[in-house]
Amino acid sequence: MKNSRVFDLLGPIMVGPSSSHTAGAVRLGLMAGKILAMDTKNARILLHGSFAQTGKGHGTHLALVAGLLGMYPDDERIKDAIQLAEGYGLDISFENADLGQVHPNSVKFELTGTNNQRATIVGSSLGGGKVTITEVNEFKVKFTGEYFTLIVVYTDYPGMIAEITTKVASAGINIAQMKVSREGRGRRALTVIEADEVISNLLIEQIKELPKIESVMYLGQLN
Amino acid sequence: MRSYQELLEKANSLQLKISEIVILEEVQATGLARVQLLERMKQNYSVMQQSVEQGLRGEWKSYSGMVGGDAARLIEYGIKDKSLLGQRMNNLAAKAIAVAEVNAGMGKIVAAPTAGACGVLPAVLLTVQEVLGTSEEDMVMSLFAAAGIGMIIAERASVSGAEGGCQAEIGSASAMAAGAAVELAGGTPEQTAHAAAIALKNFLGMVCDPVAGLVEVPCIKRNAMGAIKAVTAAEMALSGIKSAIPLDEVIDTMASVGREMPCSLRETAQGGLAVTPTGQRIRDRYS
Repeated sequence: MKNSRVFDLLGPIMVGPSSSHTAGAVRLGLMAGKILAMDTKNARILLHGSFAQTGKGHGTHLALVAGLLGMYPDDERIKDAIQLAEGYGLDISFENADLGQVHPNSVKFELTGTNNQRATIVGSSLGGGKVTITEVNEFKVKFTGEYFTLIVVYTDYPGMIAEITTKVASAGINIAQMKVSREGRGRRALTVIEADEVISNLLIEQIKELPKIESVMYLGQLN
Repeated sequence: MRSYQELLEKANSLQLKISEIVILEEVQATGLARVQLLERMKQNYSVMQQSVEQGLRGEWKSYSGMVGGDAARLIEYGIKDKSLLGQRMNNLAAKAIAVAEVNAGMGKIVAAPTAGACGVLPAVLLTVQEVLGTSEEDMVMSLFAAAGIGMIIAERASVSGAEGGCQAEIGSASAMAAGAAVELAGGTPEQTAHAAAIALKNFLGMVCDPVAGLVEVPCIKRNAMGAIKAVTAAEMALSGIKSAIPLDEVIDTMASVGREMPCSLRETAQGGLAVTPTGQRIRDRYS
């Protein structure tokens, strides 16, 4: 870990036992829940690699569900997360799965929201509580939640990215990273914008008003 | 921060403690104000206190069900029986185990530098505080000294068991705690380095071999040993004993030993205690 800072060495404040299998898992659940953007009704959770093998003793199952419920890694209710979720009427199932060429600590969420909207999310826990999301609704992505993250789904056409980034720039927001992936030319596309600053509801509404926008998801900053 | 030598030169030329230099550097690198850093570190300090209290108060069972109750056992023995080296030493070990048990039981801790090594720093620093009557302000400062040593280890080596074995986790925690304890006791920046070096030297080569892949066996008891070695190293440094090999070189050694360590001994649960007949039986039962 080069260029580490003070609170990389002392921190995070977290519920144990493992920064990768517990704290990171909470963050993955949290991001998945924010991508669905509404309360989860049904969650099918596929565990890969070390999450499947040693997840049970590390409370990885609890941590993933705690995140879906909106808890952060220092929430002492994490160990009761599955009970709490059942209390809310959430239907959860876990399966071990081979997710292919992904990090050993990886998970796939197949979520259905209370309004029947669906979302699939694949993410990995990289150690020290750090995570990365690698797939959203079948689109390949790469973001960490360390920045203010905005996901825009739209139909690809020339100039679309410029229209989105112009809106972002005119709000005075600096883009740290951006990744575009699409099903094909002129087909559905997904852009992830990681910004240095908070993205306002006003800006989100402005982006939603652009032509050919399918959906806009704002995850905020998770760290 | 690339080397302790660099930190030491700054501390000596500005006539400041190591913790102050770490804060100055952090302010410069992050743009955060000193008061924000202190406030955030104070949260770490209070969670450390809470985790010790929680762990000593009740009998914690690990979430897997494999271990637990050892901190309480040790404290009870220390009160009832004549502990070999007296209650202080007994309590030091108990505090380290207490925090590690809270971690294994899905309680709240501060990763220091990792969750697996979370018991060492609170045990050492809170025990020194009991002896010296240190103020909360100085306790918070000492955590910056600990972080400074940790940052140099992270830069030159690693604090991850998957990269460097247990020497990188408990070894790093012990070195950080030894250095911070020296600063709390009023030692010099040179003595801080000697303490950290002496502690770390005594973990070189220690493998990461968690039974069933869980942060329990042998991790929890290694926290107690990390705390004891840290205090012993601090005492030696404060008495004027020097580490023949300077801290930066000891850290580099830890890095090279880590690189030479086979993958089976770096947190994969495929070597060491994890593959003993008993380790495998435990794995079959708990994972």
